[in-house]
Amino acid sequence: MPLPANVRGRRLLAPEREQWSGMAESMKAGGAGLLTLWGTDDRDRDGRFRIHAAYLLPNEVVLVEHPLPAGAATYPGLAPLFPVAARLQRATADLLGIAAEGGDARGWLQHGRWPEQAFPLRRDSAPVERVAESGPYPFVSVSGDGVHEIPVGPVHAGTIEPGHFRFSVVGEKVLRLEERLGYTHKGVAKRFEQLSQHEGHRLAARLSGDSAVAFSSAYCAALEAITGTALPPRAAALRALALERERIANHLGDLGALGNDAGFALGLTQFSRLKEDLLRANAEVLGARYLLDLVIPGGVATDLTEERKRVLVQQSFLLETAVLGLRSLYDEHPGLQDRFRDAGRLDLALAERLGAVGMAARASGIARDLRIDMPWPPYDRLAPTLVVQTAGDVAARVQLRFGEVVESLRLCRAMLEKLPDGAIRIEVPVAPPDRLGLGLIEGWRGPVLIALHSGEQGAIRRCHAHDPSWQNWPLLEHVILDNIVPDFPLINKSFNLSYSGHDG
Amino acid sequence: MLDLLMRMFRTGSLTEPLPAPAELPTDVRGLQTELLAVLGRALCIRHVDAGSCNGCELEIHALNNPYYNLEGAGIRFVASPRHADLLLVTGPVSVNMEEALRRTYAATPDPKLVVAVGDCGACGGVFGESYASLGGVAKVIPVDVTVPGCPPSPVAILRGILAATRRASPRVQGL
Repeated sequence: MPLPANVRGRRLLAPEREQWSGMAESMKAGGAGLLTLWGTDDRDRDGRFRIHAAYLLPNEVVLVEHPLPAGAATYPGLAPLFPVAARLQRATADLLGIAAEGGDARGWLQHGRWPEQAFPLRRDSAPVERVAESGPYPFVSVSGDGVHEIPVGPVHAGTIEPGHFRFSVVGEKVLRLEERLGYTHKGVAKRFEQLSQHEGHRLAARLSGDSAVAFSSAYCAALEAITGTALPPRAAALRALALERERIANHLGDLGALGNDAGFALGLTQFSRLKEDLLRANAEVLGARYLLDLVIPGGVATDLTEERKRVLVQQSFLLETAVLGLRSLYDEHPGLQDRFRDAGRLDLALAERLGAVGMAARASGIARDLRIDMPWPPYDRLAPTLVVQTAGDVAARVQLRFGEVVESLRLCRAMLEKLPDGAIRIEVPVAPPDRLGLGLIEGWRGPVLIALHSGEQGAIRRCHAHDPSWQNWPLLEHVILDNIVPDFPLINKSFNLSYSGHDG
Repeated sequence: MLDLLMRMFRTGSLTEPLPAPAELPTDVRGLQTELLAVLGRALCIRHVDAGSCNGCELEIHALNNPYYNLEGAGIRFVASPRHADLLLVTGPVSVNMEEALRRTYAATPDPKLVVAVGDCGACGGVFGESYASLGGVAKVIPVDVTVPGCPPSPVAILRGILAATRRASPRVQGL
C-alpha cells in the first residue's frame, strides 16, 4: 500500500516471520540499505507487538511491518544482513522489551539506571523507578603482550557531547575500539507520546540541535503527509533555504575544527568567523541564530522581505569567495595535508558493507543524496549537483565539505532568485487516528527520518526519529584500526556524529 | 606562507567589546581586574554536557571565535575538572549522565562555581522530567546562575559567566 511521505514510499506487511526475513533478504539483494528499525506496542488493540523496518532503495523508501505472534516478544534479527540493525535492535529491546533472536543482549540505551524489567515504551508501563547504582558494562577485552586499554569519557576533554570510547592499544597503535553510547538518552520517543501532533515539531528540532531544521522539517513533512496538507511553495523554498544554511553552518564549523585538530589554529579562527557571520545573518533575516523554531506544521514562522533577501544573496557571494580562498590555503598546506591524507580511511567496500549513509558515504564514493535521488519540493526544481569523493580518508571528508558548502551557497542563491510568492503557512488539520506517515530529509550529516503514527484527537500514538549517526558511529570502530591514538580526535571530527541524535 | 600572512593582515582584529550589564565592568581590562580580585587568577572553565541536544554546545563554541575572543579576556576552557574554577553545564541531566556529572563536580576543586546553560539546564526544557531525564541541573548539583534560552546566545552565556563570578565573589572569598 502507498505510504504518505514527502518522498516516494511503499508500505508492506509481513504477517509471518518468514516473510519478515525474506523481505529483508530481497531488499539486500536489491541494493537497499536498512534506514531504521523500531518497535511498537499494539497489545491494546490486537495483543501484539510490532517491529518495523524502513529500507532505503535508490528511488524510494519501503516500510515493512511485522506483527509478532500474540504473546511473543522476539523476532528474527536483521544484523547479519544489515550491521546497523545490531544497535537499533538493542535499543528496541531496552525500550520495549522485544528482542532480536541471536543478537547482542547487552543493554544499549539502558545503562542500569532503571530496572531491567521496566520498558518505558510499553503502553502499560508504570512510572519507571530509578536505580542508584549500575553494574559494570562488559566491554570486549583484548589480551596479549603489551596490550593495554585507554578508557575515554563519557566526559570528554573538549566542548563535545558525552560518550565512552574504549581503546585497546599496543604502543600508540589502535587494535580495537569499542564505543558505548546512550549517555544523552532523554526518552524522546516516550516524550513524543505526551505531546499533541501540533507540538511534536518543537521536540523533533531538539533531537540534535545541529540538525534542527532537518528534524523539524522531517516531522512536519510526516504530519503534512498524513493530513493531506499541500505545503505552499514559498514555505517549501524557505525550509530548503534554512536546511542549506544549516548545512553550510555545520560544514564551516567542522572545517575550522578539523584544521585546529591538525594543529592549524588559523583555520579555526577563519572558519569560526565565517560561521559567526552566517549565524548573525540568520538572526537578522530569519529571527534566530539557530533555526530551532523556524519550521512549523504547514510552513515556516518567518517570512523574508525583498531587502532581507538581498542581505542573504550578498552574504553568499562573500562567503563563497572566503571559502574558496581558504580551500586553496588548506590544499596547499603540506603539514595539514600530511595529517589529513590516509587518516581514518573508509574504503568503498567497507562503506557498502556497513551501510554508511550521507556525507560520510559520499566521501567514500557512494553517490547517494536524497535531494537528488528522490527530491521533494523545491529540490525537484533546483536539481542540486552531487558532490562526491572517493578516497574515504579525512582529506576526502574535508574536500567533500568544501564542495558541499559551495554547492549549498549556489542553491541558496537559486532559491532566493526564484522565491515563489504567496503564503508562508497553511492551516494543518488534526490527523485522523491510526495514520502512519514518513518524513525523510537529507540533513547535513545524512538522511534524517521521522515516522509519525497518529492517535485519537490530535494525539501522537508513536513517533520514531532516526539520525544518520546510527549508521555512521560503527564506521569509526573500523576506520580507526591501525591508526594511532592521537589521530582519533581528527578522525572523529571528520565524521562529526551526533550523540544526542543517536541516543534519543 | 605569504598568502597566510596576508590573510591574517587583511582580516585584522574582529574582537568586540564584552557585553556590559549594568553591574559589570565594561571593558576587558576592568573585567580581568575583577576576575583577578575574585579568583586571584584567570578563570578556567570546564564544560559538561549532561544530556544536551548539542545546540548549547554550538553557542559555547562560538565564545572562542574571534568576535567574542574569550581567551583574550583571560577566560579559558580546560580539559579537566581538576583545573577548573567554573563548570558550565548544559542539558537536562539524563539519568545516564547523573553519576558522571556528580563525579565531575566532586573532582572540581573548591571554591567552585556552576552555571547551568539553556532552558534544559534551567528546568529540563522540552524534555521535562521522565524515566530518562532528571530535569534541570540544580536537581543534581548546586547551581549559582542559570542562563535561559534555546540555545542562549554567546553574549547571554558570557553574561551568565560574569554574573556568576561577580555574585559569588563574597562566597568565594569566604571559603
